[in-house]
Amino acid sequence: MEEIRKKHFRSFAINFLLLAALYAIFLASFKSGILNNYYQGLICYMLINIMLTVSLNLTTGFLGQLPLGHAGFMAVGAYASGIFTKTVLLPPAVSLALALAISSLMAFACGIAIGVPALRLKGDYLAIITLGFGEIIRNVILNLKITGGTSYRGIPQHAGFTSIFWITAACVYIISALISSRHGRAILSIREDEIAAEACGINTTFYKLFAFSLSAAAAGAAGALYASYQTVLTPASFTYNQSIEMTIMVVLGGMGSITGSIASAAVLTLLPAFLSDLAKYRMLIYSILLIVIMIFKPAGLLGSREFSMRRLIAKLRRREAN
Amino acid sequence: MVLLQQVISGLSIGSVYALVALGYTMVYGIVQLINFAHGDIIMVGSYAVFFAINQLGAPFWLAILASMLFCAAIGVLMEKVAYKPLRNPPSRRALAFAAGLIAFMLLLMFVISIAIALMAALCVCVAALFLTKRIGWSPKGGAPRISALITAIGVSLFLQNIFMLAFSPDPKPFPSVMEGTLKYGGRYSISYGALATMAISVGLMAALSIFISRTKMGRAMRAVSEDAGAAVLMGVNVNSTISATFAIGSALAAVGGALYSASYPQIDPFMGSQFGLKAFIAAVLGGIGVVPGAMLGGFAMGVAESLTKAVDSRWSDAVVFLILIIVLLFKPSGVLGKNTKEKV
Repeated sequence: MEEIRKKHFRSFAINFLLLAALYAIFLASFKSGILNNYYQGLICYMLINIMLTVSLNLTTGFLGQLPLGHAGFMAVGAYASGIFTKTVLLPPAVSLALALAISSLMAFACGIAIGVPALRLKGDYLAIITLGFGEIIRNVILNLKITGGTSYRGIPQHAGFTSIFWITAACVYIISALISSRHGRAILSIREDEIAAEACGINTTFYKLFAFSLSAAAAGAAGALYASYQTVLTPASFTYNQSIEMTIMVVLGGMGSITGSIASAAVLTLLPAFLSDLAKYRMLIYSILLIVIMIFKPAGLLGSREFSMRRLIAKLRRREAN
Repeated sequence: MVLLQQVISGLSIGSVYALVALGYTMVYGIVQLINFAHGDIIMVGSYAVFFAINQLGAPFWLAILASMLFCAAIGVLMEKVAYKPLRNPPSRRALAFAAGLIAFMLLLMFVISIAIALMAALCVCVAALFLTKRIGWSPKGGAPRISALITAIGVSLFLQNIFMLAFSPDPKPFPSVMEGTLKYGGRYSISYGALATMAISVGLMAALSIFISRTKMGRAMRAVSEDAGAAVLMGVNVNSTISATFAIGSALAAVGGALYSASYPQIDPFMGSQFGLKAFIAAVLGGIGVVPGAMLGGFAMGVAESLTKAVDSRWSDAVVFLILIIVLLFKPSGVLGKNTKEKV
């Protein structure tokens, strides 16, 4: 027991130090002007995408259900936090923290409301019902007065690179800690065999609902960051295509691999920015990629493999000892 | 009387929903797959009719027939290329071919000459064959359920984007083919288009019912949807039955698309997704996998939508999804569906 706890602490410390180093490198390159404002925006956008992809992977990869309305949950979070930070004037840090809490709670509630009818059933109803939700939420935003119709402007910019970086890191940490916990194993067992999981005494409906709503809440938090960074929201940025793009990031990286999600979200956000000639063909290429990956490597490129710094160091040490 | 008018127009659009819902429900019954691309077949069918009329000057009925054949072919192709490899593991050769095809298309975007791209793609093909042999890799079968769903989304996205690139995302006006209205009771009228839509749809549904209940292929379809494993043992060719199901479903969707576009005279590459979603909900409402259920669900959906449109058109889409949620909460197997016990 002591040994395991030590191991966990060591791996946590290594990852934290690595993250801090990464953060320092990014910050230094922004401050010194190696990376200009455009790249800073791109990297913030990439971090938000990482958060969305990892949270979607919780449902798609680890639970084995396919939601198609992740952008809808993001929209709920974004508008909730946008309206809150604009109307309630508080110091930026407090306001951002409260906005994050409010938007993830709102998205969590939406997740439960949608999950209850869909997840009680076996089969693919979640895909359809979330697809419908994503469309309806956009419709509602367009038609309500409080959300400003086609665009909602004037949200104070409370989120910067620092807050986005650390909140994304925390979100990824929470999800990966959940997966390696007892509850995570319950979720994984539902993906492997729902009937067997139920026979082992796992409350499958509860865990399905729990994982799905949690991933919705994380999407809501990502939406809050997006709103506080962009300062302008339009319903057009939360379409079905957006949800599909997140699904592609999950599938490409590997269903059930957090490392894969991070890598593919980073690549698929940064690559189109450099290959602007291909923008026209982007969705076409994605669609072919989806089909081909599903036929030849259904679990995604990385499958469920994870990269672990602690394991790598241990391996290197062992090699040195030999 | 306004109510009656709305109900009639609802039945007219509902009959189109029913036609499309039939395709969803037949495919689901036979391979337990929500074929997301079915909605886009509507779009393909509409474009086919559009071209047959505008470019070739064909009459409407001939254009519909041509579009049915075209969509049936697309449906079968889609099944063979994208869905069949999920059921039966593909060979290394298929992988090499796919790699070559992707390389070819990617190269076409960068390289001007087709010949060079073709040569390079061939090299990729051979390299893939050689490499997989060398490391002894071959694709494994038995992909999880979620893969089929993701593939279906991929196919749907592919159809939308290929049509968008080919014909631009702008909506095109659909030629008016069924004009004129029938007056009755003084002030009220019903368009010939709506009447023809209902007549054609009901006729096709009757034909399909006879086909399923009377012919050999129809019996094979029922057998496969009941128990595919047992059907194989009885000598049913499951693969050709599945192909036939896709062909019939797609042909019906083509008719649905043509009739829909004729009454809402405008087509664009993304028209299929919303319409297809509603048709799918109609299929769930009637009981997915049950053929009469799809017809009933389609008509019910059309009337419900038409009535809400009369009250407030902005919320008609929301009402449709509300129906779905209510059905899933209270009778998930649909109005005509049977409750099935799950066996281990």
